[in-house]
Amino acid sequence: MIIAIPVDEGKEAVCASFGRTPYFLIHCTENGQTDVFVNPAAKAQGGAGIQSAQFVVDAGANTLITVRCGQNAADVFKAANIKIYKATGGSVDDQLRALAEGKLVELTSFHAGFHGKV
Amino acid sequence: MRVAVLSGKGGTGKTFVSVCLAAVAQDAVYIDCDVEEPNGRLYWKPKIETEVPVSVLVPVFDAEKCSGCRKCVEFCRFHALAFVKDKPIVFSEVCHSCGGCMLVCPESAVVETPRPVGMVEKGTKADVRVVTGILNTGEASAVPVIKAALRAGGKADFTVIDCPPGSGCPVMESVKDADCCLLVAEPTAFGLHNFKMIHRLAALLKKPCGVVINKADAPYAPLEEYCAAQNLPILLHIPYTEQLAALGAAGKIAVDQDIELAQAFKGLLSAVKGGLLT
Repeated sequence: MIIAIPVDEGKEAVCASFGRTPYFLIHCTENGQTDVFVNPAAKAQGGAGIQSAQFVVDAGANTLITVRCGQNAADVFKAANIKIYKATGGSVDDQLRALAEGKLVELTSFHAGFHGKV
Repeated sequence: MRVAVLSGKGGTGKTFVSVCLAAVAQDAVYIDCDVEEPNGRLYWKPKIETEVPVSVLVPVFDAEKCSGCRKCVEFCRFHALAFVKDKPIVFSEVCHSCGGCMLVCPESAVVETPRPVGMVEKGTKADVRVVTGILNTGEASAVPVIKAALRAGGKADFTVIDCPPGSGCPVMESVKDADCCLLVAEPTAFGLHNFKMIHRLAALLKKPCGVVINKADAPYAPLEEYCAAQNLPILLHIPYTEQLAALGAAGKIAVDQDIELAQAFKGLLSAVKGGLLT
């Protein structure tokens, strides 16, 4: 299983934003390897959710743990068969442990996005 | 001459000022660019002549021809395309209809098809031609309908553009080709805050500006001081009266009912036409 998690500046805690998270942490459960990448969409003018979702897809992830996510990104994940779990807060390690123990629930409601709002 | 009426804050009186100004100008075109909630026609009650649908072009991909080279996805600066399982997916509401994906596709696998987003209604009331942009409910971008409404207004001696609230893309689109801007201000802290934002926008676009203070029940020093400091002429104070509110609530055009107000708007019209804006 390859898990993607949006993480904040310190790279240890889950970032509340999906599309505009500064970093993505990619963890492979098979070999235990963890890498952190800069999110190319963090400063996008528009369509950040779609671009972030594209990054997660291209990273080969099949699982995402996030606090929330917009409808457009959710559509990308649905097409790519990526499962989305609701982050419960705390550190990345807590989230990975909670997922392994089956304690995370699937995220099924998505916000409409904040497009073009001033 | 094209005059854009804007305010930043909603409910300040853009439509009230626009309708009154066009009404005293008589031979005029009124264009409602507040396409998410076009209310001007509630006052005009125009005789509708045409209703023309507005569409935007969105790409459709031919799966047979697409080689999965991904050039379109990489080209799209709006990130309206995603690439999943070797094929592009379109997010129509994010698409800006630039046609770039079609141009960069080496396989000619992209065709553009129209997607309806709203309509433009044209009608008349006495000597005023009333053009109303109407965005379909749920659409994300107002800009295509605003463009169509402004085009439908055509060329005229005097055109009033009733802008949407805010200071984002829909407002910029509405103001872009105007000769000058009337900034409607409300004498409150919130009103002043948004007023400064639209003044900055109008100044950036190098538009001559004049100010109308609506709901002016008492002088609001910070607003008057700001206008003085910025060399912005205050052309009209509209009183905050129950009578004007009642006329508005009844869907009446206030200058048709209130002689004093009509005189005041005629003064405003001459100031605008006489180039008193700075």
